[in-house]
Amino acid sequence: MSGLVGWAFVLAMALLPVVAPDPYMLAVLTSAGIFIIGAISLNLLLGYTGQLSLGHAAFFGLGAYASALASLGFDIGIGFGMRLRLEPQPVYVGFLSAILVAGVFGWLLGRLAFRIRGAYFVIITICFAQVLRMLALNWVELTQGPMALVGIPPFSLWWPGQGVVDLTSKAQTYWLVLGVGVLAFLVVRQIVHSRIGRALVALRENETLARSVGIRATHYLVIATVVSAGIAGAAGSLFAHYVRIVDPDVFLFIYTVTMVIMVITGGKGTLWGPVVGGLIFGLLPDMLRGSARPEAQWIAYGAAMILLVMFLPRGIVPAVAAWLPARRPATQALPTPVREGVG
Amino acid sequence: MTAPLLRVEHVMVQIGGLVAVSDLGFEVGQGEVVSLIGPNGAGKTTAFNAITGYIRPRRGTIHFEGRDIIGLSPERIAALGLVRSFQRTSIFGACTVLENALMALHLRGRAGLLEAFIPLPGRRREEARLRDEAMAMLDFVGLSARAAARADSLAYGEQRRLGIALAAAAAPRLLLLDEPAAGLNPSETADCMALIRQLRDRGTTILLVEHDMAMVMRISDRIVVLNQGRIIADGPPAAIRENPEVIRAYLGGAPEGVGHAAA
Repeated sequence: MSGLVGWAFVLAMALLPVVAPDPYMLAVLTSAGIFIIGAISLNLLLGYTGQLSLGHAAFFGLGAYASALASLGFDIGIGFGMRLRLEPQPVYVGFLSAILVAGVFGWLLGRLAFRIRGAYFVIITICFAQVLRMLALNWVELTQGPMALVGIPPFSLWWPGQGVVDLTSKAQTYWLVLGVGVLAFLVVRQIVHSRIGRALVALRENETLARSVGIRATHYLVIATVVSAGIAGAAGSLFAHYVRIVDPDVFLFIYTVTMVIMVITGGKGTLWGPVVGGLIFGLLPDMLRGSARPEAQWIAYGAAMILLVMFLPRGIVPAVAAWLPARRPATQALPTPVREGVG
Repeated sequence: MTAPLLRVEHVMVQIGGLVAVSDLGFEVGQGEVVSLIGPNGAGKTTAFNAITGYIRPRRGTIHFEGRDIIGLSPERIAALGLVRSFQRTSIFGACTVLENALMALHLRGRAGLLEAFIPLPGRRREEARLRDEAMAMLDFVGLSARAAARADSLAYGEQRRLGIALAAAAAPRLLLLDEPAAGLNPSETADCMALIRQLRDRGTTILLVEHDMAMVMRISDRIVVLNQGRIIADGPPAAIRENPEVIRAYLGGAPEGVGHAAA
């Protein structure tokens, strides 16, 4: 997809609330958008380093909790008679701390897990998300456990001339998610098109060879994990302030699976893959809701997924790119940075 | 005489209880083309793996430019200027030939996370320079016409040449080539030999593992013969050809006193 098409797509999405201000559709698109941001972050790991993180919801959940706790404030005992207190902070502080906390955990997990790659990485990431879920369930003083953190403030934004405004309308939240989504996309694109991105793809394609030409495996994989975790944390923060309640279920496996499906059907290792896959699998359940019973709906959802994986194993974006005559079909692995624009 | 570029002393490598290399010792001087030969299973590839950090020897020392490199990771060793090629064709298959060359030039670039986001002029210059170097390297191995092709769509001989180009791309001081002519037809072998000579003329020191004896005899300044995990001869091609122990090793009949076969 050329840069022009990409920006036209963003513009069309941005104009949607003006052209068709349907609150239901905006709500569906907003939550789909949040998961698309998660999928974009997962794609950096799964698509470009080839490492499957099946605990990606961990970063998403960490971001959600960090952001919610920062904006609600907390006061907890940390042993030895000491207490840790935090006054409620503005929402943007919550958003930044979500990125920071998720990024730090990404760094830790990356350092640990990339010593043992492949299947063990998958297992460690699953455990990581499960441990965090247990923690969120049982550390009641901090997280309220299964009672969930409630009353999370909505997003606020500083706006010239108006000061800090709450983003309460559907359209405002939608635009915010769209904005963060575009940023996440651009961050991943810049990395993929840089020397770092080249190193990541080299490690994915042939790690032994990559190391032999001096590419430091752990170093680059950790960079990818930190960036990926940070973006997932940002998505988690958006989620927290959008639904305004966070419970331990944000660490559920199903959230990870949703993101993995979005990336794989859209086309892992392509910049637009998670967006396309995310739009399909973020919107499909809601589009089917009106016309089909829930059982039929889930069957259709599953069937669509199986068909896609069977007939387009590399995903939708590479398949479409192969049909377009002007593009070289083979180079989805690493578009050359010379003249590629957005995608 | 100045210190050798590479000095391997008393190196012993064990793989799962099996002694693959029992006592390896040789030197490679600056600017030489040295061949490491020996029958199948003599431990040649194991020696390469030990020198480039893929296997840690049980005993012995390996010095590169006077520096002990045992225990360093392959990427650190590569950064010091010691790069290898692989016996089995090893390329970045799903990427284009040019991308392959750019990846192999990793050490020639410096851009990090910051440069990925801030469009400094230095970054653009670096990219342009890397592209020039990559194209020059492809030109050197005769693959510039295939720069846009996917690497795994190349013919076998071309893939082998690309493999050498990848190892040689970052202009290492010492290049280890593991059977560069394996599976090549005679004319491709001649090309390969010419390529190695050109690399040497550019100032690259070369350590070669090869089975094609005609090629080894013609291209090497010196030959080191490995049999059953130990060095049995070391000298110029003419002397090696006459060496009775080498002849015995190649024609069968293991020398006495060697207990176990190598993997």
